[in-house]
Amino acid sequence: MKKLGLIINPIAGMGGRVGLKGTDGEETLKMALKLGAKPWAEDRAKEALKQLLLLKDRVELITYPKKMGENASLSCSFTPKVIGELKGEKTTAEDTKRAADEMRVLGVDLLLFVGGDGTARDIYDAIDRSLVVLGIPAGVKVFSAVFAVNPVVAGELARLFLMGEIREVVDAEVLDIDEELFRRGKLSTRLYGYLKIPVKRGYTSGSKSTTPMSERYNKEEIAAEILDEMSDEYYYIIGPGTTTKVIMEFLNLDYSLLGVDIIHKKKLVGKDLNEKEILETIRGRKAKIIVTPIGGQGYLFGRGNQQISPKVIREVGKDNIIIVSTRNKLRSLSRRTLLVDTGSEILDKELSGYYRVVTGYRERAIFKVSNRVED
Amino acid sequence: MMRKGDFKLRNFHEARWSEPIIFELSRKGERGIIVPEVEKEIEELVGDGVSVLPEHMIRRDPPRLPEISQVRVLRHYLRLSQETLGATLNIDIGQGTCTMKYNPIINDLLANSPKVTELHPLQDVDTIQGALEIMYKLDLFLRELSGFSRFTFQPGGGSHAIFTIISIIHKYHELRGEGEKRDEIITTLLSHPSNAAAPAVKGYRVISLYPNESGLVDVEALEKAVSERTAGFIVTNPEDTGIFNPRIKEFTKIVHGVGGLCAYDQANANGLLGIIRAVDCGFDLGFFNLHKTFSSPHGCGGPAVGAVGVTDRLVDFLPIPIVEYNGEKYYLNYDLSHSIGKVREFYGVFPVILRAYSWIMSLGAEGIREVARVAVLNNNYVMKRILSEVKCASISFPKTKQRIEQVRYSFEKLREDTGITSEDVIRRMADFGFHLWTSHHPWIIPEPFTIEPTESYSKDDLDKYLETLKRVVEEAYETPEKLKNAPHNCPIHKIRPEFLEDPERWAITWRAYLKKREKWE
Repeated sequence: MKKLGLIINPIAGMGGRVGLKGTDGEETLKMALKLGAKPWAEDRAKEALKQLLLLKDRVELITYPKKMGENASLSCSFTPKVIGELKGEKTTAEDTKRAADEMRVLGVDLLLFVGGDGTARDIYDAIDRSLVVLGIPAGVKVFSAVFAVNPVVAGELARLFLMGEIREVVDAEVLDIDEELFRRGKLSTRLYGYLKIPVKRGYTSGSKSTTPMSERYNKEEIAAEILDEMSDEYYYIIGPGTTTKVIMEFLNLDYSLLGVDIIHKKKLVGKDLNEKEILETIRGRKAKIIVTPIGGQGYLFGRGNQQISPKVIREVGKDNIIIVSTRNKLRSLSRRTLLVDTGSEILDKELSGYYRVVTGYRERAIFKVSNRVED
Repeated sequence: MMRKGDFKLRNFHEARWSEPIIFELSRKGERGIIVPEVEKEIEELVGDGVSVLPEHMIRRDPPRLPEISQVRVLRHYLRLSQETLGATLNIDIGQGTCTMKYNPIINDLLANSPKVTELHPLQDVDTIQGALEIMYKLDLFLRELSGFSRFTFQPGGGSHAIFTIISIIHKYHELRGEGEKRDEIITTLLSHPSNAAAPAVKGYRVISLYPNESGLVDVEALEKAVSERTAGFIVTNPEDTGIFNPRIKEFTKIVHGVGGLCAYDQANANGLLGIIRAVDCGFDLGFFNLHKTFSSPHGCGGPAVGAVGVTDRLVDFLPIPIVEYNGEKYYLNYDLSHSIGKVREFYGVFPVILRAYSWIMSLGAEGIREVARVAVLNNNYVMKRILSEVKCASISFPKTKQRIEQVRYSFEKLREDTGITSEDVIRRMADFGFHLWTSHHPWIIPEPFTIEPTESYSKDDLDKYLETLKRVVEEAYETPEKLKNAPHNCPIHKIRPEFLEDPERWAITWRAYLKKREKWE
C-alpha cells in the first residue's frame, strides 16, 4: 500500500489576510490574531484531500495530530495513521521539521504539505531531497516553485502520482524571502534549495512542466552547447541553479549549487563568491556571466543571485550575458518576458530588450527581458 | 435545423472485440492465397526464376509473416475498424490543426479505378499522358493559389516537404559559397514543431522566436535573431493558435535584408485559399498539404503529398523530375542544374495528386474561395459559442481577437475549479462518438484543446458537437468521477502516458514487442 504524508502548517497564510505579508515569527502571529486573522490552511488541505477520496482505501494516510493534519483528514472521512505529538496548542517551525523527518523515516511515497515559502523551507531543512513532496499553497508568500497552482490541482496531481500515472519528478526551487524587507515593500529573495516534486504540464505554479525528454537531458544539452562555445579568453561567472551547474559537472569541477562560481580555461577560479570577490577576480579581464532565470516569475537578476550586482554586470557588459534555460522552464513562466530587478533602475532599463537564450544543443530562443512587470 | 430543446445526447456504444494482433492469429500452414505452380512451358523458357538470383540476395529464412486465411484477415480488419472513430463516422471538428474535411467518395472511386491503380511509374511517357497532364495542371492550380513558379509533388507528407524546403535553402547558399557561414534557421515557437525539427536534422542551428502576450512575435525579436549567419526563416501562419501574423511582410523583408530565404509552411492554409498568396507575403518557397487542405484523406502518416512550391530563382533546385509541357506533349524533365536530387522514389503519390486535382476542378476558383470563407465563418461561430456558453473555457492569448481557421482553447479554469483536465474531457467526449484533441508540442497553453471546424460541417453539425461539449463540461462540475473514469462506452480505456514516454516500452514492430515483452513482465 502506498503511503501519503500530510503536514499542515495551521497558521500559514494568516498574516496575509490582514495585510501582514507573512506569518513568520511569534510576534507577527500575535499581531495577526489581534487583527482578526482566521486559520484557513486546514480548509485548503481539505480541498486537496477531497480529490484523493477515490484512493481512500488504497493509500495509507500518515499525518500529525490535530490541526497539523488529523482534523482535516478525519473531516474528509479518511482514517489516518497519526504519528508524533504536539506540546501545546501553538505549533512552530520545529513541529513541521520534526513531522517531515518522521515521515522520511517512515518512507512515505509522497509528502503533501500545506503552507507557504516558510513551510517549504522547513520541509527542505528537514528532509532535503530525500522524499517526493508537493506544496498546497496556503501561505502569504508562495514564490517557491514547489507549490501546485491551487489545492484542487494539488490533490489531483497527488492522485495521479500515487496511482503511478505520473512518474516524472523534478527539482523545484525553494525560495527564501526576507519577510522583514517584504513587509517594507522590498522583495529580496535568495535560492534556498530544491525539493523534489512530481510534475505534469501546467500543474505546479510557474514551475517547470515536462515533456517526454526529461529536464536533465535538456540541461546536459545546454551544458554541451556552452562548452562548445567556451573560449579561454574569458572568465565565466556561473550563476546559481541546477541548469548552470551541469556545466560544472561536465567539467568535473567542484561548485556551489546556490552560489556564484567563476571558471577560467575550464578550471575553477573561485567558489561561492560574494560581490566583492567576483569583482576582484574579473577586474581588468574579459568575463561573461552565465545565468538562468529563477522559476515561476522569471527573474534573471535580483532574485537568488544578488552577488551578481549592478557593478558586476556593468563590469562584464550586457553583450557578455549568456542566458540559459530549459525549454520547459522558459515556456512555463507566468509571463512571456524575463524580468530584471538588479537594484539599479537605470541598469534594469539598459538590460531590457531581446536576448538569445540558450535552450538546447545548437538551439536558441529569442526572449524578451523586461525591467518592469507589465500588465 | 436544430431548434432549442431538440438536443439529445447520443446513446452511443462502440464495438469491443478484444481482437488479438494479427501475428497472434497466425496458424502454421494456413494460407490466404495458394500461389499456382509455374507452368512447365514457362519454366522451360525462363528457368525457375530463383536460380538466376545472386546467392547473397536469396533469403535464408522465409519472412515471418502471419499465416492466415482470407476470411480471417477480412474479419480481423473489419473488427479493428469498428473499434476506431474515423473522420467519416463523427463530426470531426475536434482534431484541430489537421483540417479534417469531407473527402468526396467520388475521388476515391477515381483513384481506385484500374486506370490509376494499374499505372506503372516506369511506363513510357507516351502511355501516361493523362496522368502527367493531371500533375501539370495541378501544378498550375497551386501556382495560382500561391504565386510560386513551380511545384514538386515528390515529398510524401508535410514534414517531408519541410525537409525538402530546408534542403533547397541549404543548396542555395552552398552554391553561393555561403553554405558553412549560414548555419542558422529561424522559426517561431508556435509554428509546427517540424519547422524546427527538420533544420536540426539537416544540421542547422535553430532559433525559435517566442510569442509575446498577444500570441504574436515582435518584429524586434526577429531583428535580434537575424544575422549574416541566417540561412532562412520558416514559419506557419496562421500558427496553430489560429492567429495570423499580420506583419508577415515586414518579417520576410527583414530576413531578405540579411540574405536569408523565407519559407512558408502552409499546412494551415484552409482559411486563406484564394484570399492571400505566399509570394505576396514575400516568401521564396513553401508547401501545401494535398492531403488535409485539398481533401485527400490523411492516411495516418501517409501516403500523402506535401507539394513544395518555389519562386523563379529556385526552380532549378527542385527535386527531379518535374512535369513539363511543350505544347504537344507532357514529359518528365530531369535536367535541373542545381536539383537537390530525389527526395522520394518517382513523382509523388499519384492517387493523392488525382484527388486534389479532382477536388479543385469540382469547386473552381470561386468555390475554393468559398471554402476559405466558410471555414473561417464556422471557426468563428464555434469560438463565439464556446466563449459565451462554456464559461470554464477560454482562448489562448485572449488579447488578440482575430482567429482564422482554428482556435487553441484552454480548460485551465475548469481544471482549477474541478481538477478535471482537458484529457478527461476528451475521453468523455469519446463516449458520445466525438473526438477532441489537445495540442501540438510544445504545451505552452495550460489544459489545451484545439478545434478546427473546416468548411465541411453544417451549423447543425457544429451545434450538435457544441451541445455535447457543454453537457460534458456540466458533468465535470456535477459528477467529475464520470469524466475521470471515462470512457465508459469505448473499447480502449485510459492510455497510460508513461508508456509513451519510455522507449523501453515502445514496440513499433511485432519483433520488438516479442523482444521487449519479457522485460515488462
